[in-house]
Amino acid sequence: MKLNLISNATLYKLLPWAVTCLLISPIIALLINSFSSDPQGSFQHLFDTVLLTYSLNTLLLILGVMSLSFIFAMPVAWFVACCEFPSRTILQWALMLPLAIPPYIVAIVYTDLLDFSGPLQRLLRGVMGWQRAGDYYFPEIRTLFGAILILSLALYPYLYLLLRGAFLGQSGSLFQAARSLGASPLRAFYRVSLPLSRSAIAVGLSLIAMESLGDFATVNYFAVSTLTTAVYDTWLELGSLTTAAKISSLMLLALVILISLENYSRRKQKVYQRGGATHTQLRFVLCGWQKWGALTFSWILLVAAFILPLFTLCYYALSYFSASLTAALWQYTLNSVWLAIIVAGLALLIALTVNFYQRLCPGLFARTTIRLSSLGYAVPGTVVAIGVLIPFTELDLGVNQLLLENGFSGIGLFFSGSLFILVVAYLVRFSAIAVGSIDSSLAQVSPSLDLASRSLGQNAFQTIRRVNFPLIKKGMLTAIILVFIEAMKELPTALLLRPFNFETLATYVYQFVSDEMIEYAALPALLIVLMGLIPFIIVNRLLEKST
Amino acid sequence: MFAKKLVTSAMLFTTLSLTTLTALAEEVNIYSFRQPFLINPIMEKFTEQTGVKVNILFAKKGLVERIKREASLSPADLVLTSDFSRLMQLTEQNLTQAVDSKVLTTNIPSQYRDPDLHWFALTTRVRNIYSSVERVGPVPNITYQDLASPEFKGKICTRSGKHPYNISLVASVIAHQGLADAKVWLQGLKANLARKPQGNDRAQVKAVKDGLCDYALGNSYYLGKMLADPKQVAWAEAVNINFPNQNSSGAHVNVSGMALTKYAPNKANAIKLMEFLSDDLAQQLYAQVNYEYPVNARVAPSKLVASWGDFKADKLPLAEIAKQHKAAVKLLDEVKFDL
Repeated sequence: MKLNLISNATLYKLLPWAVTCLLISPIIALLINSFSSDPQGSFQHLFDTVLLTYSLNTLLLILGVMSLSFIFAMPVAWFVACCEFPSRTILQWALMLPLAIPPYIVAIVYTDLLDFSGPLQRLLRGVMGWQRAGDYYFPEIRTLFGAILILSLALYPYLYLLLRGAFLGQSGSLFQAARSLGASPLRAFYRVSLPLSRSAIAVGLSLIAMESLGDFATVNYFAVSTLTTAVYDTWLELGSLTTAAKISSLMLLALVILISLENYSRRKQKVYQRGGATHTQLRFVLCGWQKWGALTFSWILLVAAFILPLFTLCYYALSYFSASLTAALWQYTLNSVWLAIIVAGLALLIALTVNFYQRLCPGLFARTTIRLSSLGYAVPGTVVAIGVLIPFTELDLGVNQLLLENGFSGIGLFFSGSLFILVVAYLVRFSAIAVGSIDSSLAQVSPSLDLASRSLGQNAFQTIRRVNFPLIKKGMLTAIILVFIEAMKELPTALLLRPFNFETLATYVYQFVSDEMIEYAALPALLIVLMGLIPFIIVNRLLEKST
Repeated sequence: MFAKKLVTSAMLFTTLSLTTLTALAEEVNIYSFRQPFLINPIMEKFTEQTGVKVNILFAKKGLVERIKREASLSPADLVLTSDFSRLMQLTEQNLTQAVDSKVLTTNIPSQYRDPDLHWFALTTRVRNIYSSVERVGPVPNITYQDLASPEFKGKICTRSGKHPYNISLVASVIAHQGLADAKVWLQGLKANLARKPQGNDRAQVKAVKDGLCDYALGNSYYLGKMLADPKQVAWAEAVNINFPNQNSSGAHVNVSGMALTKYAPNKANAIKLMEFLSDDLAQQLYAQVNYEYPVNARVAPSKLVASWGDFKADKLPLAEIAKQHKAAVKLLDEVKFDL
């Protein structure tokens, strides 16, 4: 019996490290690459020419997307969690929907709507009698600001989701206490509710920052050159993977420092929820200008981020319906869906493993596993793909050589030529999301509950199963859905690592989008959105029933 | 944990069955930089004639690296590229093998194939200068060099300088005039741009129609493609196509091409496909469907393309231009062309 316990514990210590090793193997591979020599001096060249501008653009992009996402997400999360106003029950789930649309699709849709020959400017010209482009001023969408706006519209739901959860979990009586002590609503919000949500804000914003850092498609479409541009230029055109890896590593380093600083600054904060009336029971009823303000802000955000792009896609899909409806479309949908299901399930297991490790054996090591397992999210997809290829092709070559030397026949690219590598690459990219949502929901569960359970004779695993799991059920479902949706949208790793004749909806969409033929891509793009929405709505129903 | 094991074993089983399936059939595997919808009609004809199944993996980035990493186990037989620089990257990194085929050397003229027979061009395309019908009219004597002169200020549109088509054009200017002159030219061109480089070649033609600029750089076949698209035909009709440098070095020509990989597992089928692609039927399809110029001298360009008239192409060997590829990328950074 004792032996069994020990081996379990050892396994439990080994497992998180094994998982982390798998997830950072591509990044290690890139790091090793970045230390090899660079005979052409590509890095020096970049440093002398464009690196400063690229870095500045990257910094502005990330800060911009973080700020704007916060401005979008924070008020609406507060409205739907803590206030009562018409259409609140619709908005509370509808505001998450923009997650289902790939950002590059939103970018194309908005460019089509807002550029010179788009409907808006045509209308303006018709009404005002302007003729040429020089006759009037219209803000250019293909700029850094355009990229910030579109990425924020696409990414704010991460923060919204976590913030809403945090606000909902907060005890409303704390806020009421602040009010009764004479604080204005705004002050009570600023001094009580916001600090209590700091962990959610930090996780949400770091997910958003990572996604913006790794984005290439949207930024490239808006003709904004960032460090990711430098990564691709040096690798693909100057032929120096070394320099590309070096820039990627520097980007990661900056990110790790940023996140660690944030973590360090709230190292002494511990926020747990006890009972007491929640905001659910004490929602403020908004009326007058407050009601109209909340309604206008929430609905404009929803229309801009979801309804308008969706309608535009529907319009394109209908006008090119017969041309884009093919029998193969269903196969691609099926491929996308089951791949996303596998990835979402595995990502959840990974997240539970590293997060509970951190809870059971807290310390620097545990913290490090969490950080490391999340890094892949910030690396551009194609770079992740190459990073994953490096160790797994080596593994394949080694295995084959071993087999051949011992008189067996080879097994070809067993790992790197199959869907296996694709699943690994997806996990490298998206585990961060699952880890983040489990992290933030587990952070709300007071350890005193664990201690109570342990003192009543339950062991660690029974405690996890009987105490922690029920309390973080919501976080687990959120993790699954978010990873599922991300996997449905994922393009660059799928494009490069898929086996022959394996098409996902996203890679199929890309065939047309890469030639700016959005009309033909609209129907499969709509399918991506729909497939993301279905599980989303089901889970939301389940959650509503359970509360 | 049990669930994890179950999923993993299910996955391994699926991949195993997939790998065995692909190993059995009579087939050929392509890594393609070109979009499937462009080449699928041609591949279907090949399968129809020979019974050999064609598997295509399409991506615009990273295929060279994938082949390199897969090394001797790579399933890829053939690489199809949409420009010349990728062919050179493949051969430079020793990822290709020579194909000694009478059919290929007969069908493809010597300037369109590697002297060592490691790569072969399939079609050529011109880097044209489009001019507005309404505001400029045809300009048959225009040169790439003109685009840098002050009277074109604020009148030119182009896609990103870092796109292979533009890198190749810059590389050709370096090859002809040397780095110093090319830099002055590129700075002039940059100063004349109506807007920051963005979009693809079609988007530049659209910008001319919208009156944002009067001249645009673009590949020849896009005009044919746009004339065939109900929405884009209006854009195409708003521009004249001009062949640059007709009184001097000739128009810059890039190629789409193919190379046999070093470890091609289906070598015989791959060579069969290469020969098919260089032969009359496939070359006609390239000409008719994609509006490209066939390299096979027996096949005429499409009626539309022929109506644009004969032109003088740059005679400088492609390999000379390719040597300047990296210099061109660095020059584009130096003048901050895209910023």
